[in-house]
Amino acid sequence: MDAIFLQLLNGLDKGGAYALIALGLTLVFGTLGVVNFAHGALFMLGAFCSVSFYKLLTISKQVKDESITFFDAFKEQPYLEIWFGDFGTAIIDFAVPLSILFAIPVMLLIGLIMERGLIRHFYKRTHAEQILVTFGLAIVLQELIKSFFGANPIPMPPPDIVSGSAPIGVLFGLSENVVYPWWRLIYLAFSGIVIAGVFAFLNMTTYGMVVRAGMMDRETVGLLGIDVERRFTVVFGLAAVVTGLAGVMYTPILPPDYHMGMDFLVLSFVVVVVGGMGSLGGAVAAGFLLGILQSFASMNEIKSIFPGIDQIIIYLVAVIILLVRPRGLLGREGVMED
Amino acid sequence: MKTPTIKNDIFVMLIFSAVILTMPIWMEPLGASYPDLLQKFAIFGIFAVGYNILFGLTGYLSFGHAAFLGVGSYTAVWSFKLLTMNILPAIIFSVLLSGLFAMLIGFITLRRSGIYFSILTLAFAQMFYNLAYSVLTPITNGETGLQLARNDPRVIDRLFSEAGEGLPSTDFFGLAMSGYSGFYVCAVILIITFFISQRIFHSPFGIKLRAIKSNQTRMKYTGYNTRPYLLTAFVISGMYAGLAGGLMAATDPLAGAERMQWTASGEVVLMTILGGVGTLIGPMLGVGIIKYFENIFSALNEQALHQAYAFMPDWLANIMVAITSPFVGEGWHLTLGALFVLIVVFLPGGIMEGINMIKKRFSKKTPEPHSDSLKKKVAPETGK
Amino acid sequence: MSNIILEIDNVQKSFGGLKALCDLNLKIEEGKVHAIIGPNGAGKSTMLNVCIGQLAPDSGSVTFNGENMIGKAPYEINQAGISRVFQTPEIFPDLSLLQNVMIPAFAKREGAFKMNIFRSLSNETEVQDEACHILEDIGLIGQLHTHAGSLSRGDKRRLELAMCLVQHPKLLLLDEPTAGMARHDTNKTIDLLKKIKEGGMTKIIIEHDMHVVFSVADHISVLAQGTIIASGTPDEIKGNPKVQEAYLGGAHL
Repeated sequence: MDAIFLQLLNGLDKGGAYALIALGLTLVFGTLGVVNFAHGALFMLGAFCSVSFYKLLTISKQVKDESITFFDAFKEQPYLEIWFGDFGTAIIDFAVPLSILFAIPVMLLIGLIMERGLIRHFYKRTHAEQILVTFGLAIVLQELIKSFFGANPIPMPPPDIVSGSAPIGVLFGLSENVVYPWWRLIYLAFSGIVIAGVFAFLNMTTYGMVVRAGMMDRETVGLLGIDVERRFTVVFGLAAVVTGLAGVMYTPILPPDYHMGMDFLVLSFVVVVVGGMGSLGGAVAAGFLLGILQSFASMNEIKSIFPGIDQIIIYLVAVIILLVRPRGLLGREGVMED
Repeated sequence: MKTPTIKNDIFVMLIFSAVILTMPIWMEPLGASYPDLLQKFAIFGIFAVGYNILFGLTGYLSFGHAAFLGVGSYTAVWSFKLLTMNILPAIIFSVLLSGLFAMLIGFITLRRSGIYFSILTLAFAQMFYNLAYSVLTPITNGETGLQLARNDPRVIDRLFSEAGEGLPSTDFFGLAMSGYSGFYVCAVILIITFFISQRIFHSPFGIKLRAIKSNQTRMKYTGYNTRPYLLTAFVISGMYAGLAGGLMAATDPLAGAERMQWTASGEVVLMTILGGVGTLIGPMLGVGIIKYFENIFSALNEQALHQAYAFMPDWLANIMVAITSPFVGEGWHLTLGALFVLIVVFLPGGIMEGINMIKKRFSKKTPEPHSDSLKKKVAPETGK
Repeated sequence: MSNIILEIDNVQKSFGGLKALCDLNLKIEEGKVHAIIGPNGAGKSTMLNVCIGQLAPDSGSVTFNGENMIGKAPYEINQAGISRVFQTPEIFPDLSLLQNVMIPAFAKREGAFKMNIFRSLSNETEVQDEACHILEDIGLIGQLHTHAGSLSRGDKRRLELAMCLVQHPKLLLLDEPTAGMARHDTNKTIDLLKKIKEGGMTKIIIEHDMHVVFSVADHISVLAQGTIIASGTPDEIKGNPKVQEAYLGGAHL
């Protein structure tokens, strides 16, 4: 029972990441009709926003180390600490959550540049060409990051106060041994908030309504005299921000490296396909569902029956869904069906 | 748009064979005439020529072909370990087994088309890759990769001779697979596979595949069951990939799972589109260009760049080095990615399209005369 | 009464709440040109889609040459002898005109699948000659090696007709072969249809242009709201009050 509960939680926070990435991917596909293989790279860029922000905060100056007295020792001290003392230390400690503020404008800018500079010219080209060009772009982005930040994963600490584990077993009346990292709980909550935010934007604002109408029937919306192209740019920017934020907050869970985008890309496509191409609700549902499935598949009891199932479960589900119900769980009838 | 005559085809074959077999000579002044690189040209040539049969003719974009390459490599190394160091059984098994895998995967993935097909192949590639690293470790030897060992059984070889000291090396009936002889073995296989691909391109079967790419709906209402056509193309191209994988292991008896990652399939896609998707020669051109420049770019480092820019004033040279250094050495993949984007944006038909455009520009002055006579038009076509 | 080649029996098809076809009954005589007319949305195209296996009917049966066609794949239906010209031309835009016509010719000769990898296309002289003859009949022989995609809309339609004719189908379905054509092209098409009428091929033709209908049809059926309301020779249909009502007062029905 405890184990199952823990796996469920594990699945939920992984699912949160899948859902956020897939949300952006399906938003772009649904409105722009573009199959974006550079979407994983946006997640990776988000994670590296966090890394760069941390590096910015910790720009240091060599100062004399007072604690060592018998010779002149120097240590690095961040300017923030020199200028603001303890407050500066606290800011550095909270680098990851604070980098959200940094990531939003940066990711928005990246998204706008990508859409204006490249994606826009591919609306009318074939899906194969869209895949190829965005795949090339993804390689460029990941190699750029590699040449700036190196090939090794960069660990990012969560704030001290939430670095431990939450005694959640007690809360739910289970054994005291059931503990769970605070940060993962925060990630789960964060992904819930962002998802709710995106849905609120799309459902409650007129702007969002037009976007949703565009997902249903692009041509008609264009005929109504609405500047669809401009909205597309905004949608792409929004997708970039959502995906980027998923990356920012994921850094304490998975130390970012340059190829994390490619790893998550395939997963997010699988999630979108399972949820139904172009269906926002489907993407979220499938994200959580697959996250949970994956974490249950990695339980030893299950692995002993089906060895290796944890490695392939997600892809297997995708294959089955595509064959049996190609429109996905919540996809509209006729969307992308042959 | 005319179908070349048989005479024409034979002519192309002869030229192609001559160009491939004389590579060690004419690559000399380009500084690329060493066996390792030449072998790579031939092996990736086979891979790309085969991939083009699927992607070029039917338009189905597969990201799973690296998996077949991997299957071919593992099979070949196992054949070296268990049977003999002769590459003949190794590549036969590679081709057969990868063909079998292609048939299974193709049977499932070809039920869908368009991006769904691409994603399905992606999912299968990723499954293979993950399994090779985890449960299948007894077969693939996980991250270390599958290697030869001195005490491998090699039953067929043992019939003829005792195990020697040290690791044995691969051969083709006494012809060593390393050095130039290795290149010539690969080159001959490449020529054979190119010939097969040429036959497919100019057969009724090939034109039907093109028709599927052009309008699959019409094909169905024209009385064709398109699925077996697609599956045949998929299996043939999978076998080509397996053959390439087998030869990779034959020239360097080591098989690792990284060869199977889906991004590795991306490289063969790039080679194919760089040269020209759906053209016969295009993929070979793409392979040549990419492997040649990979060789040059990977070897460059900052020092070499400084030397290259030595004629410039220092400040300019420094700037140029700073700009170009991410693209060379370790950064070769960055160049590759950028090239990929540029090609798809500006020249989706690849180099062959570029050549055709130039040709057209020059021949504009003399337009093809229009003939109303049926016989005149048909005569060159039938090749009588 | 001569042989019945196609029999549509009690076919029903609805899309959601919309009844596209209800209790559709139709018999097509062998060797005749049978025109189907009717107002927009009457279910004419849906009927053809059911005939070629593009749509599965909710109930009812389609019998062709004594064989049940329901549940067969489109390619099987074509192999049985039904070819169709679509309303928007379905051709192979990336192939040459000659290849466009050779492909259906191969389908007729070789069946639904044949793996002739090592035959050279340039040795298939019989198929080529056949294709050339059809293209000559249709008047496109001058552009044998141009890309089909670069043809005008009217020429694309004629090419598609050639692609169907080369198969010598037992039954040819034509979906508005002159829609959107200029007068001149329409007349060309009428001449063509008259010419192939002499071959004795059975044809179902859907058409809005009454000039075309009355110049080629042997028999006319009127389809309105998913069912046949009148059927007869052109002269009978001309004087039928029900037909006039369907066309003129159809909105009040």
